[in-house]
Amino acid sequence: MKEFSVINTRLPRVDAWSKATGEARYAADLSMPNMLYAVLLQSPLAHAKILNIDTSAAKKIIGVKDIVTYKEAGTIHYGVSPARYDETMFCYDKVRYVGDEIAAVAAVDLETAMEAISLIKVDYEELPYYLNVFDAIKEGAVSIHDDYPNNIGAEVHQEFGNVEEALKECDYVRTDKFVNKKQDGAFLEPQACLAYYDLNGNLTLYSSTQTPHYVQRTVSMVLNIPIGKVRVIKPYVGGGFGPKASANTIELASSLLSMRTGRPIKMIMTREQVFLHSRGRHQFYHELTTGVKKDGTIYALKNTCYLDGGAYSSFGIATVYYAGSLLGAPYKLPHMKYDGYRVYTNKPACGAQRGHGGVAARAAWEQQLDIIAEELGIDPIEFRLKNVREKGEVTCNDFNLSSFGMKECLEAIRDKSDWKNKKGKLPKGKGIGVACGFFVSGAGYPIYRSETFHSTAMIKLSEDGGTVELYTAAAEIGQGSDTVLTMIAAEALGVRYEDVKIYSGSTDYGVDLGAYSSRQTLMSGHAVKQAAEEVKAQVLEVLSKRLNVPVEDIDIKDGFIIFKNQVDFSSIRSYYVKEHRGWAEQPGGDKLTFKEAARIAYLEKGTIVGTGAYKPGELGGKYKGATVGTSPAYGCSAQIVEVTVDMETGKVTVDKMTDAHDCGFAINRTNVEGQMQGSLSMGLGEALFEEVKFDDKGRVINPTFGEYRIPTALDMPNVNTIIIESDEPNGPFGAKEVGEGAIMPTIPAILNAIYDAVGVRLNELPVTSERVYNALKEKERKK
Amino acid sequence: MKRLINLIINNKPYEIAVATNKTLTQVLRDDLNLLGTKEGCGLGDCGACTVILNGRPVNSCLVLAVQADGCEIETIEGVAPDGKALHPIQQAFVDQGAIQCGFCTPGMILSAKSLLEKNPKPTEEEIREAISGNLCRCTGYQKIVEAIQVASKTMKKR
Repeated sequence: MKEFSVINTRLPRVDAWSKATGEARYAADLSMPNMLYAVLLQSPLAHAKILNIDTSAAKKIIGVKDIVTYKEAGTIHYGVSPARYDETMFCYDKVRYVGDEIAAVAAVDLETAMEAISLIKVDYEELPYYLNVFDAIKEGAVSIHDDYPNNIGAEVHQEFGNVEEALKECDYVRTDKFVNKKQDGAFLEPQACLAYYDLNGNLTLYSSTQTPHYVQRTVSMVLNIPIGKVRVIKPYVGGGFGPKASANTIELASSLLSMRTGRPIKMIMTREQVFLHSRGRHQFYHELTTGVKKDGTIYALKNTCYLDGGAYSSFGIATVYYAGSLLGAPYKLPHMKYDGYRVYTNKPACGAQRGHGGVAARAAWEQQLDIIAEELGIDPIEFRLKNVREKGEVTCNDFNLSSFGMKECLEAIRDKSDWKNKKGKLPKGKGIGVACGFFVSGAGYPIYRSETFHSTAMIKLSEDGGTVELYTAAAEIGQGSDTVLTMIAAEALGVRYEDVKIYSGSTDYGVDLGAYSSRQTLMSGHAVKQAAEEVKAQVLEVLSKRLNVPVEDIDIKDGFIIFKNQVDFSSIRSYYVKEHRGWAEQPGGDKLTFKEAARIAYLEKGTIVGTGAYKPGELGGKYKGATVGTSPAYGCSAQIVEVTVDMETGKVTVDKMTDAHDCGFAINRTNVEGQMQGSLSMGLGEALFEEVKFDDKGRVINPTFGEYRIPTALDMPNVNTIIIESDEPNGPFGAKEVGEGAIMPTIPAILNAIYDAVGVRLNELPVTSERVYNALKEKERKK
Repeated sequence: MKRLINLIINNKPYEIAVATNKTLTQVLRDDLNLLGTKEGCGLGDCGACTVILNGRPVNSCLVLAVQADGCEIETIEGVAPDGKALHPIQQAFVDQGAIQCGFCTPGMILSAKSLLEKNPKPTEEEIREAISGNLCRCTGYQKIVEAIQVASKTMKKR
């Protein structure tokens, strides 16, 4: 076991102090002199042609400084994947959902802007609208986007092995259907931004985003500003979970308004607008057919899925792939077939959300595997242990499991939860369930086709030698990347945590694709580690020359220079002291400090800078769609959940959760646990109560935290979190993902526990009291 | 239309003219630059804007500023005044990993403070009840509950 000074500890977050005191600034906290406020006009109709937009009355309001529609904004199409650029800043031909953006007004204050917005008159011609996948793909349905006449925006057909033949060889085959509901990201901070276009033609956009890099590219493209003149800065961000991983209308509109008015423009979404902009979890309709052998070997899986995508593609083209590609991977499954269809409907667009594309599929299948285990008379944990893959194996769709502690996860939760004495043995109304999870550790390819590095980093030593400045464009959104990257820099360079000062989240600091697909610890971490090693090498080289000691005999640790053999460094010390006469904190003691060494290196060579850059090496898969799902590493997890079901009301209470996650190597143990606990909480919410609901006109009827319920402190039990470390060879210091994979087993573990408690299977989320009650009644009736 | 009101915020008196339709959140943030108070929904659902008003935690987005006339208010900026050492609750939040995105943190700390002032030795259930109006999407609440338990112990020792 290697010895580490900084990583694998529980150091507090670098931003904890400023967040605990209220000093941390988020986008909505920012303001500039002469700033204007802007608001959006959004469609009240789900699907309609725009006949005319009349802004004349609004323009007359005193205090209104500018009004923009598609006429001013142009109609350059953008989106997430270049293959599906189907959005424009403002609607021009028609509106496609209730909330679609039509215009923006900038005024001296919010009230004035809102008054003006209410005076913009839009004439519509209503069109048929579709609030359901199956209505949208019916013969004769009107197309929501002209390029996709049947409203199927993306479809995927993949087969590995031969599923039809394999199913014939199986001893037991079953088919189940499963449906979840549209889930909202429900981050606490609504999107907000502040744009300023200066007289030199430089745009600075502060925004609550997970992906400054992609926002920079989109803004540059849509507003036709050279990319080098667009700077996107991410202040502190109050959570994202996926929906903030692409450019949004307020970022574009505020930038446009600032270009036109020459004044800073601030925009903040209301909570209702957050629900309307959405980009959260899709609704998935899965049908799964699984075949197994008598001995419990999982042999074939056929997966068909329809995704309710909403009005635009957003991340959906990736989502529809993920809903198939991730499913089989944790098990030794030789035959897998997937048919996926992402369908446009007249609802807010869905996108990526924690566990992108894989959460509903995982819930459906892990419940089905539980049913199969019971039919075969095998304990569900033993059944999984028999089938799980191990390190070094390659899945049927060419995922290389370079590290894989699935078995260790299952054994750990089994032992920690006292499974053997509980499964099937708890009193009626109480139950225990298990499930596994799997996720990528960073998307293998950027969203746009490019040979770009996925992460770059730069480390500069301050010229006085005292501070290690780390520059990264990585996006701290609450998950803790600033902390983890600071720790990696400190460890790799050999200095103390507090010696490193991180500057992050600005496109000026380099390229980083951002906080999505659980990529930053692995990818940004690699770049940072490389930059630190480069800086270290430079400092050691100077010392080596100066002291005439071979480089191999010098190291840096905990902020001190370590010599293999006794070295007289007094010449360096007296030089440093002479240089720093009168400065605070003069070095002393019998060890040469890093600060002295870094100062000497500067005096010798000028500013010491090291850089790092990372992109994944050759990844598996030559088939169509292999770019979605292939990753330099894969995380995995297993969970046991214990529930109580009220037999009278059907109410489900989650009493206890035991979760083991293989994150490769924990850079910060507290952060890893925090990601696990937060993931489980989001999973519990989706399992038990979260559902964005619509009326028959396509309006969201619960766009508030009062009506759209996320877990409170009273809903979430304590989690016994177990960290499994499998030492990922492709990760910095062996680290890989934890941020998303941890959510995977939660829903099915809850479903399986409900079955253990009361003997009913539920194939529709959320598992409300009503659904459980009805299932219990149905079961009684059938007796 | 504006009205002159008096507030004592973090032990400092303020006399300000406020529009009668402005919420306390808006006045704290926009007029007094106390930006540690966050607005997550503006509807009283999320608790991010929690401040302590006359000793009780309230959603400041549901209080009109004029309603607070004559009241004593504590915001997150008053918990560790003058940039001195952190309050034990803040310290516990830092140490226990109770903070992720940080957007709920000011409100959460004020709800915790209000609880511990009345009930220095709460049970886990009482802690969960006290913060049940403060939503957090990041942490799953566990480390927040643990931080409040730690703070309860360190505050007793003081």
